[in-house]
Amino acid sequence: MPVKLPIYLDNNATTPVDPRVLEAMLPYFTEKFGNAASRNHHFGWEAEDAVDTARKQVADLIGADSKEIVWTSGSTESNNLAIKGAADMYKDKGKHIISAVHEHKAVLDPCKRLQREGYEVTFLSPNKDGIIYAEQVREVMREDTVLVTVMWANNEIGTVNEIEQIGKLCKDKGVIFHTDATQYVGKLPCDVEAAGVDLLSASAHKMYGPKGVGCLYVRRRRPRVRLSPILDGGGHERGMRSGTLNVPGIVGMGAAAEIAKNELADEAIRLKALRDKLEHGITSQLDHVYVNGHKDKRLPHTTNISFPYVEGESLMMAIKEIAVSSGSACTSASLEPSYVLKSLGLGDDLAHSSIRFGLGRFTTEEEIDYTIDRVVTGVRKLRELSPLYEMVLEGIDLSKIQWATH
Amino acid sequence: MAYSPKVIDHYEHPRNVGSLAKDDPAVGTGVVGAPECGDVMKLQIKVDEKTGKIVDAKFKTFGCGSAIASSSLATEWVKGKTIDQAMAIKNTEIVQELSLPPVKIHCSVLAEDAIKSAIADYQKKAAAKKTEEQAVNA
Repeated sequence: MPVKLPIYLDNNATTPVDPRVLEAMLPYFTEKFGNAASRNHHFGWEAEDAVDTARKQVADLIGADSKEIVWTSGSTESNNLAIKGAADMYKDKGKHIISAVHEHKAVLDPCKRLQREGYEVTFLSPNKDGIIYAEQVREVMREDTVLVTVMWANNEIGTVNEIEQIGKLCKDKGVIFHTDATQYVGKLPCDVEAAGVDLLSASAHKMYGPKGVGCLYVRRRRPRVRLSPILDGGGHERGMRSGTLNVPGIVGMGAAAEIAKNELADEAIRLKALRDKLEHGITSQLDHVYVNGHKDKRLPHTTNISFPYVEGESLMMAIKEIAVSSGSACTSASLEPSYVLKSLGLGDDLAHSSIRFGLGRFTTEEEIDYTIDRVVTGVRKLRELSPLYEMVLEGIDLSKIQWATH
Repeated sequence: MAYSPKVIDHYEHPRNVGSLAKDDPAVGTGVVGAPECGDVMKLQIKVDEKTGKIVDAKFKTFGCGSAIASSSLATEWVKGKTIDQAMAIKNTEIVQELSLPPVKIHCSVLAEDAIKSAIADYQKKAAAKKTEEQAVNA
């Protein structure tokens, strides 16, 4: 059977809503439309029950208690609430925060804002493998450190940081530990107790739920974490996040969490096999190709590959019926190549030449076979066109050339 | 970002891809751009000494689709032109022909630079050859 085009391999950007999730959500747009905060009538109770069920479903996925889930609009909001909220609440204890240079902008920018407001932030740099280790955190931890925020898995390269060890270190030192687990939750087993996480951000649309809804896990015991809210209003969500709850979205996130909990073990095995097949198919047929980040400590469905001497955007054009992402500046709004890849020590040239493939629940083996074929053909074609590849074949060392940068 | 049909056509069917013998005195080679910036163009011209016309042109480009299309178009345009006519090609004409969006204007600038750089290389070689001949005749 021929594959259906276009093919979606950008599941780190967003995932389609699982039909089972959509089915669970639909009644909450129409007949069950109540406001979960309406405490005195049937419609409100019905909505509140649905929200409570979803709270339990999400809590079960991450090993938390229902009462520890705060609904938000998504991970960007969760990260802002966690970082700014904790920094403000514990500012009398200290004003030092630890994070990493290759975090998502939704973590970096709140940290940078706090820097402008008088906090000190230490940004750790990963090695070539892309991982942040507990030892690195220990080395920079101080008496006045109040918050550590390190993502569970990286969104561009899929590497998984040493979360459990960092969690233990933070527990020992009495420091609040936040992790942006947007890419991780629903993909690999997650237990906030075992990992010693105090605050965790997650988003529905990265795990086959709808866009516009997410949550922040806020630990209630050992220690009880308190946050200053960033939205003031009706005092919803234990006062941490005012605003009428997005009931259909929350129901969707709950349903997505339950499916993920039941299926993630099998799904991870299946996707890892397909991802490995994709990587092998590409790297065995092309010379000068590099997989970025740690090979094993990685999300099962993600791979980021550099194709030197070929520019990322032109490669995306060559495989235009396959949806992927590139670290190339040409595909970003900032016109800067990926800061995540650069943080691994990749030069700008290699960052320009990288592609992220994100497999998902609905990816088929036929799609992977097709993708291997298209990528190999595309890279070969573009290398025929590449003056850099020609120079390399002639034995010229590109790093020794004086380029006229513009 | 959507590409214009002409960019797609040049990208999918690039004209005059390849290399000319860079040591040939009739060939001028221009290499512009830098890998860190995400684009490098190599454009070569072959000039007929008698007529002063560009009889052949080849390119190779590392860069986005618009960079590839700009250099492909540049090789098409310089062929058959005299050096002076080729020197007069402006990046704005490339922008117009390929309907490049503002964010891709630098690709056309690079293509214009590549033409000028190839011509400069040819002229340098021609001047050196002339000096050599005068030295022999003297």
